[in-house]
Amino acid sequence: MDFFQSIDWMQLLRCFVVGGLICIIGQILIDKTKLTSARILVIFVTTGVILGGLGIYQYLIDFAGCGATVPLLGFGANLAKGAIQEVQTSGLLGAFIGGVKASAGGIAAAIFFGYIASLIAKPKIKKQ
Amino acid sequence: MKSIETKQEYLDYVDKKSPNSPILKNCFNAFWVGGLICSIGQIIFDFCAFKGLDQTSCSTVVSIVLIGIAALLTGLNIFNKIGKFAGAGSLVPITGFANSIVSPAIEYKSEGYVMGVGGKMFTVAGPVLVFGISASVIVGIIATFFV
Repeated sequence: MDFFQSIDWMQLLRCFVVGGLICIIGQILIDKTKLTSARILVIFVTTGVILGGLGIYQYLIDFAGCGATVPLLGFGANLAKGAIQEVQTSGLLGAFIGGVKASAGGIAAAIFFGYIASLIAKPKIKKQ
Repeated sequence: MKSIETKQEYLDYVDKKSPNSPILKNCFNAFWVGGLICSIGQIIFDFCAFKGLDQTSCSTVVSIVLIGIAALLTGLNIFNKIGKFAGAGSLVPITGFANSIVSPAIEYKSEGYVMGVGGKMFTVAGPVLVFGISASVIVGIIATFFV
């Protein structure tokens, strides 16, 4: 198939390694600190917004593609990128519109699929 | 055995008794599972690009598909098993965000479909969105000074 020939294997390898390394950072945070997973997610997203706002994260995205965008850092960077782009077109108003607009797809999907999935799931009975 | 009197002694005692989490093994599992999830995302991205979508739409499709899969696997109780094995490997990618929405929603299903499922969905995802979106608004406001 044409598509499989078009895959850039080096790009895929960079994606794998960078994505994996970002997860190792998360794993070290879990094992070495007493942070709950919710706090770790918040730290990752907020760090992503800061790195995205400073324009540093874009270099990692250019290098690793989805290895940088799929982790929550990328979600944060995307929020920041959207806010900055919208500010350029519509000024201060853009600061409030841009971020959510850029990640609306992900947020809406999470809410929609999340609700559907919880409807089909059976709550598990806790074993004593 | 000598008795435990101070808080510090108690903490030392707990540290000694609690099993050492094998950090190297955890990191290795987190690395390859996390890398694999990102690689699946990259293949979806490449496929969308191959079909002629622009970069932004490709990224959005990747997020939506990965979130959809993670939500479904959480609903089928498979994601928890992956999570136990991979730790941060499945938590840090966007799949962890989807999982954090679905698992409390399932847990509180008995409280009803509006306040139970609809309300508790955001016990973990809520703070993520609050801090993420607020930070992006701040970034946007700062950016207005540089435009």
